[in-house]
Amino acid sequence: MMRLPDIGRFVLRALTTARLRTALMLLAMAIGVASVVVLTSLGEGARLYVTGQFAALGSNLLIVLPGRSETTGGPPPLLGETPRDLTLEDAGALGRHHAVRYVAPLVVGSAAVSHGQREREVAVLGSTASLFAIRNLQMDRGSFLPAIDPTQALSVCVLGSKLARELFVNANPLGQWVRVGSSRFRVIGVLAEAGVSIGVDLADIVFIPVASAQALFNTSSLFRIMIEVQDRDQLPAAKKAVQETIRVRHDGEDDVTVIAQDAVLATFDRIFLTLTLAVGGIAAISLLVAGILIMNVMLVAVSQRTAEIGLLKALGAPPRQIMLLFLVESVILALIGAVLGVAAGFGSNWLLAQAYPDFPLQVPVWALAAALGVAISAGILFGIMPARRAARLDPVVALSRR
Amino acid sequence: MISGVASLARQSAMIEVQGISRVFSVGDEQVLALQDVSLSVHAGEYISIMGPSGSGKSTLLNTIGLLDRPDTGRYLLEGLDVTRMTDEEQARIRRERIGFIFQFFHLIPRLTAAENIELPLVLASIPPAERRPRVAAMLAALQLQERANHRPDQLSGGQRQRVAIARAAIIRPAVLLADEPTGNLDRAAGTEVVRIIEELHANGLTVIMVTHDPELGRRAGRRLRMQDGRIVADSDHDAAA
Repeated sequence: MMRLPDIGRFVLRALTTARLRTALMLLAMAIGVASVVVLTSLGEGARLYVTGQFAALGSNLLIVLPGRSETTGGPPPLLGETPRDLTLEDAGALGRHHAVRYVAPLVVGSAAVSHGQREREVAVLGSTASLFAIRNLQMDRGSFLPAIDPTQALSVCVLGSKLARELFVNANPLGQWVRVGSSRFRVIGVLAEAGVSIGVDLADIVFIPVASAQALFNTSSLFRIMIEVQDRDQLPAAKKAVQETIRVRHDGEDDVTVIAQDAVLATFDRIFLTLTLAVGGIAAISLLVAGILIMNVMLVAVSQRTAEIGLLKALGAPPRQIMLLFLVESVILALIGAVLGVAAGFGSNWLLAQAYPDFPLQVPVWALAAALGVAISAGILFGIMPARRAARLDPVVALSRR
Repeated sequence: MISGVASLARQSAMIEVQGISRVFSVGDEQVLALQDVSLSVHAGEYISIMGPSGSGKSTLLNTIGLLDRPDTGRYLLEGLDVTRMTDEEQARIRRERIGFIFQFFHLIPRLTAAENIELPLVLASIPPAERRPRVAAMLAALQLQERANHRPDQLSGGQRQRVAIARAAIIRPAVLLADEPTGNLDRAAGTEVVRIIEELHANGLTVIMVTHDPELGRRAGRRLRMQDGRIVADSDHDAAA
């Protein structure tokens, strides 16, 4: 067998002699690899962008709901057993945990809200001042619910922007009184227009203190408790602590469900990963096309160099040696093409980053590895057939041609 | 190992072809290229093979050079039965013991004269430090030093065939096989090529040459004539008879 440097020199000589063929091959391979790099980094960028937006909304959020929503495989619940209600006392107990930054109890109902002749049926949310921080709310004017003892009722309310416009048109609602159900509340603030929080239209809503809401709807239970944890890393620990605290308070019953906002995030994460994979897969088809092009070009090279192959055989090159020479040629083509493609892909990303500085473009490492891997595999796979053809040439026939 | 066997075999014939036949299928027809051919060649002989086109002389040469396998018969090269060898083993024999010269030179166009001459050493994985002096010596012996870095398309026909001879001789083969070495050259260049081949023979190299040229054929010490796949005349036997 030839020495490795000799193989390298022989192959490079062949590639640099057939310049146009080599250049076209490299172009095809480079386009394939570059498209994988650019498209997957767009997908990855979209994923990072969306999850980033979610994280800004508060990814270190826990939501406590009464009742267990998941089956644990235990015996069916005894007749008449109902989950215990969540109470304001429960919420207070949760707030004492060191990992917890804010706790906001939530009571939800629906009531008629009226001012003068105007009346609308809207969602009524009873909560505390902490909700403002937890949900990243923004005020248009006035202020949010005051930080008072949660058990204390107070006749103040905060209106969503759309509700405020419909009840007061262009007048200033601050300091005015509205009727919510059977009680009267003084307007102390109006939410900003932009306040869109997941799942709830914050424009068409009225906030009142949680104790007032309980009185209004004549209930002592809570709809849910929102918890913001100090740090995202503490989420699992906090989740455990919450369940433990509630179990102790509920006579050893695991009768609440704790959801992390993380779960929602993970879903989006998965969706975008799938999207990236799909887009990357489509781009990988161009790699396949480039591979077939390698095969075509190598077949042409074999038939063009028939006499040379015959000569190599006459000089004592065994079939394996000839196969290796042609295989190395196609792999080197694929490899150089792939490297150029990666460079072109990163170049395009740089240009995109100049045009859209806000969009986080990032080349996923797996995509880079996959693109290079597929390119080199294509070089080997599609190089085998032409190389075998070369190795099997009959030297007498090959040499009889001029 | 081979040289050891070779010294043992030197007493007997270096090339021992025993009753070989070769059949080609051309369409539906079977063409008998070689019919029961036997031939003994001793080390140091200078043999010419003549005969009309299609008489089987190139097939015989290709068989001796291990480029073609006979359908029947036995072929011993330096005492080794090469007909029973695998392709890989035959390739090694060609690499180490056989030198070829072709009518159309068959130089690799992208390589320089020196690189073409070096090619058999590269294929035999001889280290570059050892290759360089051997190539230089070969270039000097054939007065090709000034042409060392020229590519084949920058050389005359005679120069190309000299490069090809250097390439065949550089491995110090047991036998030099030449298929119409002057067939594509003018008279002056042809004469020069023959002079070089005969000089190699004078230094002990066994030469077997296929040619159409009667004048060239007559120069050989032993002359074979082929017709319809058989050796019909052998000057050795004629002399003995």
